[in-house]
Amino acid sequence: MDARRSSRAVSDPKVRHVGFFTPNAPPLPSRTQSGPPAAGSPPLSESPASNSFSPVMIPPPRHLSDVAERTAAVPVPDSAYRRTAAGDHVPVGSYNPSESLLGTSPVASPSSVAGDGELEFSGESSASWHRWRDSGKFASSFPSGGFELTMAKGSENSATKGKNLAAASNAKKPLDVPEKSGGVVTEVQNELQPTSKPLKAKSTKAERRALQEAQRAAKAATKEGSKSATVSRGVAPSKPVKQPSQRKDASSVAPSVAASEKKGGDRAPEKERKKDVPPPRMQFDDKNRVEKAKKRSVFHQTEARNRVELFRHLPQYEHGTQLPDLESKFFQLEPMHPAIYKVGLQYLAGDICGGNGRCVAMLKAFEEVIRDYSTPPEKALSRDLTAKISSYVSFFTECRPISISMGNAIRFIKSRIAKLPLFLSESEAKAALCADINSFINEKILLADRVIVKHAASKVKDGDVLLTYGSSCVVEMILLHAHELGKQFRVVIVDSRPKFEGQALLCRLVAKGLSCTYTHINAVSYVMHEVTKVLLGAASVLSNGTVYSRVGTASVAMVAHAFCVPVLICCEAYKFHERVQLDSICSNELGDTDAIAKVPGRMDVNYLENLAKKENLQLLNLMYDATPSDYVSMIITDYGMIPPTSVPVIVREYRRTQLWL
Amino acid sequence: MWRRSASFILDNQQRRKDVASSSKPESISLSPPQLSSMADAFQNPNSSNPKNSAYYQTRAAHHGVVTSDWLAQAQAAVGRPPDDQASSEPEVPAAAAAASEPGRPFCVIDEFNNWRKQPDLAEAVAAIRALATVIRSSEATTMMELEIELKKASDSLKSWDTTSISLTAGCDLFTRYVTRTSALEYEDFNSAKSRLIERAEKFGEISYKARRIIAMVSQDFIFDGCTILVHGFSRVVLEVLKTAAQSKKLFRVFCTEGRPDRTGLRLSNELAKLDVPVKLLIDSAVAYTMDEVDMVFVGADGVVESGGIINMMGTYQIALVAHSMNKPVYVAAESYKFARLYPLDQKDMAPALRPIDFGVPIPSKVEVERSARDYTPPQYLTLLFTDLGVLTPSVVSDELIQLYL
Repeated sequence: MDARRSSRAVSDPKVRHVGFFTPNAPPLPSRTQSGPPAAGSPPLSESPASNSFSPVMIPPPRHLSDVAERTAAVPVPDSAYRRTAAGDHVPVGSYNPSESLLGTSPVASPSSVAGDGELEFSGESSASWHRWRDSGKFASSFPSGGFELTMAKGSENSATKGKNLAAASNAKKPLDVPEKSGGVVTEVQNELQPTSKPLKAKSTKAERRALQEAQRAAKAATKEGSKSATVSRGVAPSKPVKQPSQRKDASSVAPSVAASEKKGGDRAPEKERKKDVPPPRMQFDDKNRVEKAKKRSVFHQTEARNRVELFRHLPQYEHGTQLPDLESKFFQLEPMHPAIYKVGLQYLAGDICGGNGRCVAMLKAFEEVIRDYSTPPEKALSRDLTAKISSYVSFFTECRPISISMGNAIRFIKSRIAKLPLFLSESEAKAALCADINSFINEKILLADRVIVKHAASKVKDGDVLLTYGSSCVVEMILLHAHELGKQFRVVIVDSRPKFEGQALLCRLVAKGLSCTYTHINAVSYVMHEVTKVLLGAASVLSNGTVYSRVGTASVAMVAHAFCVPVLICCEAYKFHERVQLDSICSNELGDTDAIAKVPGRMDVNYLENLAKKENLQLLNLMYDATPSDYVSMIITDYGMIPPTSVPVIVREYRRTQLWL
Repeated sequence: MWRRSASFILDNQQRRKDVASSSKPESISLSPPQLSSMADAFQNPNSSNPKNSAYYQTRAAHHGVVTSDWLAQAQAAVGRPPDDQASSEPEVPAAAAAASEPGRPFCVIDEFNNWRKQPDLAEAVAAIRALATVIRSSEATTMMELEIELKKASDSLKSWDTTSISLTAGCDLFTRYVTRTSALEYEDFNSAKSRLIERAEKFGEISYKARRIIAMVSQDFIFDGCTILVHGFSRVVLEVLKTAAQSKKLFRVFCTEGRPDRTGLRLSNELAKLDVPVKLLIDSAVAYTMDEVDMVFVGADGVVESGGIINMMGTYQIALVAHSMNKPVYVAAESYKFARLYPLDQKDMAPALRPIDFGVPIPSKVEVERSARDYTPPQYLTLLFTDLGVLTPSVVSDELIQLYL
């Protein structure tokens, strides 16, 4: 095992850039390369050093894949926001900052950099400014932007460190940063780049503002007064505290135009990554960031040691260690609302599961929070509340990575908060938000389920044999409804270890008098030949038609496809997501490995008991998988029955009618 | 391959010179003799009809019925299409349906039947026209009343023939298109009503012109020297082929026989009138001839939400054969045939049954599959030619969602 790993590390170093790392190999060769020279050498000689890790070939895959992966992995991606908010330059998207600046990174001379800048920011400088803002840095001052991630970060700081202090700075930050930093930046700009063209000046200004904003956000928790320092110099000392290797080369911003341009480019995505990525989708193979996240987090989860190589970017914790810790902290967690705390613990303990259940529980908790909320003095409700909710969301993600359905619901709440009319009084605003949340639960979840049940029941014919996998509440409702309608059909429930969710479903169905067959997924190819339809639930449907669902769904769908049995996916439209995902590796959730290592109730079957701590044993308990759209015959949503190819249309319509109301 | 052969050139010269025996030489050169003689027999019905008609006469004598379809076919084959309507929806016992309808002062069914008397007017277009008349002659004084009236009329039209997909879809689309306008909100009733009438007229016009648009749109896909396999009789496909022939494109057509309606015979007859080289195949010879075919052209009874089509029995197997031989399958269908249906498999739709005569008495124990249509899933279709443009199957659902959501 070790031999294989090391050999792989040697033979194919590029693999590691994608984000899957080997533990034995030196972590992040690009970093270590750039780190030492940056630490020891003067800033100017450092730019070749950074060149060495950014020749044309290597970094683009790394950065792009990182960025792509991140946008793919973020459960609440704001790419749609960005795209729509950016308006006229739709194709630019959110990837571009890193892309364009990577293009400039190998270039060392100021003139060519200027040329590049001109190329990139040709014409619509305001638009490019918009894009910079959109890509997450100024998000907090940008009401319709993807602010929540930034705020999640910022307010997380607040949660751990100086609570009241940070909260204050948090709310103040978006207000005072723009004008101040704008003034300072232009000043510095002028003295730094006398020859550069105005267009380019705009771009660097944007970068600098973004940069400054980020630094400020990072520092806000510790030092509030430091924001008045000059842009590049003042910030430099604080950098090494955070990320030693990358911060070093960032300290060379001021001296040369080329370097600043390049560094700004290199750091912008880096910073964006830092600020944007919410903990759940953090790349957990990045040690620096994991360390930082640990410092911030409300409670500490012990990470499992042996993780499967391909899934190192996902968090895996030893289960059962956090509850006492959290309980002991119960009275210290002042800003945490008890409702939030309760729901978070329920997530953690697994008491609430299922996409709808978790989403509804979260929304109800938020409703309580909003009801009990009162705006602190000298703050705006919309900003403070958004920050609060972001901090709660990050708490939830620490308990368990949030699902896509929750992500969409959070997005909905935040857009509602952002769109609150300014003239509303606090109580009115709170009432409006509560009504919004309630109508979301009613219309998008409960009513949607009813519509889905109606549609799906029309597809159930007499004599059908319906197969379902695991336990989906919508599928259960469909089966019960069809039974109530008096249709004669049989149900095959396929179940799997370790959750055995199907057994609960089986009990409920049998109690209602349905005739059921229960089997495990090992036998699915055996039972499939008598099945006439397969009904499956989904955690999400992605816009390429891929169905993201409980692990094992893909196998069932593929077997059904091989037997020419139509596969019906039942999924509410609010779970749809514009992300495209081709496999189930880049974004997934790792469950408790003990669950698959142990057989409950069979003390004699304990072959793995002594092996659990072995270095060369890696246990993998995936929670989700992705079913390609080829295996899906139909998706039943609240908008009717659609083919998997039409998911993007629904996503588009849904966004327009729901979120941008 | 055919276009490269010398016989193609030869055929053309022959065709130009000798109009009457246009299809003869190539059918001889390309097909087994007995088949060509049969094709000849149907293409020149006046000369060699007796043999076949005798067969059908015995059949009629055995069963005591002469199917109206066949009479229509025979008459059509003789040369003059007397009633397009009878064969456009042969599975509907028109007389019975007409008898069952109630007599009212203004009856949308009467209006519908009036419109249907026009040859070449599709059933759905007739329904759309009839519904437009409903709006115009309505005495409602409020919008709600008018809408209810419209809904009633469209319901009665739909129940007039529940198996016809295009009728149902056309009615639905009409109500959807007409009533879904912001004009209803801020104008007073009369102007809103006139707006509705305007939209109704527009929709009727669009539907009426649809066939023409499809014919224009699909011309790019017919190239000189291609061989087109056609299944069943579809007026859209005929229009497409007619337009292609009129624009001096050189192509030939294989017509399937289209049992039990023998709709292929009628199409081949129409095509022969246009001087298009045409060859008749029996339905089971599709796979046999598929290697010569460049593309498959079919019409559709209905286009369903998955992007698949519901069409005359046999379309599915032709699409399967074409798919396995990598031949493109093109569907010509007007957009008023887009239906909010989603069949999962062949049995998952309202069956349209029809009597089938096998020529000999069938023992009562033997079951007969009498379904008239099958469902072709979207993965076997290449493109859909509609009046909305040339669409891939997946766009159908997008269009439907746009319209209905």
